[in-house]
Amino acid sequence: MIKVTNLHKSFGKVQAVRGISFEARDGEITGLLGPNGAGKTTTLRMLYSLLPPDAGEIRIDGLDPTRDAMEIKRTLGVVPDSRGLYTRLTARENIRYYGDLHGLDKALLESRIEELTRTLDMADFIDRRTEGFSQGQRVKVAIARAMVHGPQTVLLDEPSNGLDVMGTRALRHYIRSLKSGGHSVVLSTHIMQEVAALCDRIVIIARGEVAADGTKDELLERSGCDSLEDAFVKLIGSDEGLLA
Amino acid sequence: MRGLITVLRKEVKENIRDRRALFNSLLLGPVLFPVMFIALVWFTNSAEEERAEKTLEVPVVGAENAPSLVRFLEQQGMVIEAAPKDPEALVRSQEELVIIRIPAEFGEKWNKGEPAPVEVITDPSRRESEVAVRRVKSLLTVYGQQMGVLRLHLRGIAPQIATPIMIRDVDLSTAKSRAILAMIFLPYILMITAFTGGMHLAMDTTAGEKERKSLEPLLINPVPRWQVMSGKLATTMLFAMASLALTLLSFKLTMPLMPIGTFGVDLSITTRSMVLILLVIAPVAILAASLLTLLAAFAKSYREAQSYMGLVVIIPLIPSIIFMSNPIRPETWMMSIPLFSQNLLIGEIIRGDAVSLAWYALSIASTLIIGLTLAVIAANLYNKPHLIFSGS
Repeated sequence: MIKVTNLHKSFGKVQAVRGISFEARDGEITGLLGPNGAGKTTTLRMLYSLLPPDAGEIRIDGLDPTRDAMEIKRTLGVVPDSRGLYTRLTARENIRYYGDLHGLDKALLESRIEELTRTLDMADFIDRRTEGFSQGQRVKVAIARAMVHGPQTVLLDEPSNGLDVMGTRALRHYIRSLKSGGHSVVLSTHIMQEVAALCDRIVIIARGEVAADGTKDELLERSGCDSLEDAFVKLIGSDEGLLA
Repeated sequence: MRGLITVLRKEVKENIRDRRALFNSLLLGPVLFPVMFIALVWFTNSAEEERAEKTLEVPVVGAENAPSLVRFLEQQGMVIEAAPKDPEALVRSQEELVIIRIPAEFGEKWNKGEPAPVEVITDPSRRESEVAVRRVKSLLTVYGQQMGVLRLHLRGIAPQIATPIMIRDVDLSTAKSRAILAMIFLPYILMITAFTGGMHLAMDTTAGEKERKSLEPLLINPVPRWQVMSGKLATTMLFAMASLALTLLSFKLTMPLMPIGTFGVDLSITTRSMVLILLVIAPVAILAASLLTLLAAFAKSYREAQSYMGLVVIIPLIPSIIFMSNPIRPETWMMSIPLFSQNLLIGEIIRGDAVSLAWYALSIASTLIIGLTLAVIAANLYNKPHLIFSGS
């Protein structure tokens, strides 16, 4: 459960986030939809406590990322925009490194890796060095290492970037399974179909502000449009940066 | 501390699998430097030896003007060659190293008892002629002295009267302290190794991590950033120390292969000296690792980091260059200057001199303070978000 209230963040003169508020509930997938440069990644970085907000409040299961950074990192599973792997380590060693950084007990860690290998279908390459992995394989390892400590809240920044059709399918399947497991999932994307196919709630972000917020049907109703794409263009007031 | 150790373990494992890291830290210094050093000593020695033992073959112009001198030279083993037409041109064109010319007035002056001229034609700017010229001149001097003694005897004068001063060398240098001439390179090589040993690691664990886009996800883990950074620093120090230990070991093993016969001295490094040297230089490894990490953390990519490193390598060379051209007697205050103090101390240890504990303490403490200060700055660098995201 995430509650964000009136979040602000500037870099020098550039106001990246200007008063964003939204909620993400457990057992739901919340999509942050917006054109490139709208402030989605900055918002997520503040959520996982890598950037301190200039103003505003964040609560994740009651915890504040600025004060309880270590505690919050234990409850979050994050797949950020940067998802570099260590190419001289095997997929298993990459995941194990993150488990060790979380201080997981050895037996628990190994059983978690086994479980993730099964759910993410990684058995073919789990013990191979990640050098030369396909985009899809890399995303799977990045997700596995982010989920190794069994976090309640999951943040995904543009998760389907660079994935082919099969990769995207597998990813969506996995994200839905998180939802049914009662997790709170927040994903950012600029791809319309992604939110349409996955998200229970959509937060449309443009120029650092929330342009609209609601379920798919609510957004269609509010804009008076038939398709989400038209609704999106109408709600943010332009088709700048839109990628269908 | 758990986070620090986890990062350290992973970086060591990952970099041991990296050929570039292994080459830079564990091969380049420890193998290449001793080999270069030994080859250099071998080369200079054998060249010297060859020139010193070779038969002297010297053309003599005007040999007929001083037949007894020429006979003396031949008795001393010199091979007298036929007189060339233009001796100056031959020396200038480097066909001959040295030519003796006995002018026509030699006999006349000799008979009058005046100093008789003998010309040694040579080009002193050509260093390879040095040995031959020295041998020719010393033979001529010996002949001159013998004749002088004979003349004094003939006049009924004790020859000692012409030797008012006798210089006697009292050589206090021990075998070890003469060896320092050959060992002057060791502090120099160790200083470079302290820096190059960890250089690749410092760049790979910071700028490299940023470039591979694995830094941001790494910092999302519940480990304080200073611990992540300290784990990386510790790995860099570990590799630098391993590199230093291997370099010393390889010097210890290869020293017996040196042509020590010509030095007539013992060049071995005892195990005790090795441990002492490692102890003295360990703070330098810490200082170097921190400095390199600090710089590399600012770079966006491995390549950018590399461009800074070229400048850093000059730092450890400064004291060595100063001492090589201008040897300094070690004094207490010098022990507080990092790099300088280690250079001096390693010299003293190799020479086998007893070094006061206070010097060790001062050198280690002053370098550690600066090294750890840099380490603290480096460890806290990633608390600045713009350094995490720069380049992305």
